[in-house]
Amino acid sequence: MRPSLSLALRLSTAATAGVLALVIAARPGIAADDAAAGQALFKTKCTACHSVDADRIGPRLQNVVGRPVASVPTYSYSPALKKLGGGWTPARLDQWLSGTQKMAPGSKMFLQVDDPAQRRLIVAYLQSVSEPSGLAAKK
Amino acid sequence: MGLIQRGAVGDRRNFLAGAGVVTLGIGAIGMTTARADAADRPSNDVGVIQTALAIEHEGIAAYRIAGKSGLLSASTLKVALTFMGHHQQHRDSLAKLVTQMGGHPVQPKTDADYIADLKLGTLKSESDIVALATTLERGAASAYIGQINALKDPQIARLFGSISADEAVHWTTLNNAAGTPIPAAAYLFA
Repeated sequence: MRPSLSLALRLSTAATAGVLALVIAARPGIAADDAAAGQALFKTKCTACHSVDADRIGPRLQNVVGRPVASVPTYSYSPALKKLGGGWTPARLDQWLSGTQKMAPGSKMFLQVDDPAQRRLIVAYLQSVSEPSGLAAKK
Repeated sequence: MGLIQRGAVGDRRNFLAGAGVVTLGIGAIGMTTARADAADRPSNDVGVIQTALAIEHEGIAAYRIAGKSGLLSASTLKVALTFMGHHQQHRDSLAKLVTQMGGHPVQPKTDADYIADLKLGTLKSESDIVALATTLERGAASAYIGQINALKDPQIARLFGSISADEAVHWTTLNNAAGTPIPAAAYLFA
């Protein structure tokens, strides 16, 4: 395609990566490399349904670490997830990603991440886009 | 073609044939195990298809709304409309399956919802639109593969594999158009 398009995209990507690095570096307890790698995995595995800051097929994931389960008021959750209760900690998100239907049979999400290393990185990214207070601090 | 070259081709064919047998053997073991697991659990197939249908609705809306934006050149618009047509065909196949299974196919959101969800109002150029489409297509290709294990019906699993390949073609086309290098590591959607 036209060179201007290619250049614009590369500059945009570089700028985004720079901003992300600054944001991640400001989060205590999260390795910047882990969160950046987790963001790349998130883009591949999660963005068909999820955005950080908008409800789509799935709910928005900003501040997911530390918030109660099924608590985004603008999203229509399944009865299964509403029944689950509790809050999203990093450990619980890892459990969720390893088998959503085992944890909440009948929930809307079916994709699972089998690789524990990939789950750890995705959760690190989710921590990086969550407020550092609340349940997030409790592993 | 010289003798040496012909011999090399023959060797390569033999090698590939042998590798195919080994790969099929390993694959068959894995699939047998996965299918045995699938047989032991209740079917989630309608739910999995509904999620896929929602993804297709969103993709159709993104291409349709972006196509009307006036930001795309004629050649890019032509490709976008072709991809939208693929997504419409995926939608029709998936909706038909849900109906056949006794369900009610999930309906699309409003255009206003999609514009808000995908921040389509913030897209200011063709490159912005291509970047968004690239992200969505990569996610879709990965989502289809990632949900195959949740399916009980092997025919639906096969359909998901086929749709995932379509999404991968979309992603590849857009990725190349943007001049972004193909990732060096294999298993791009795993």
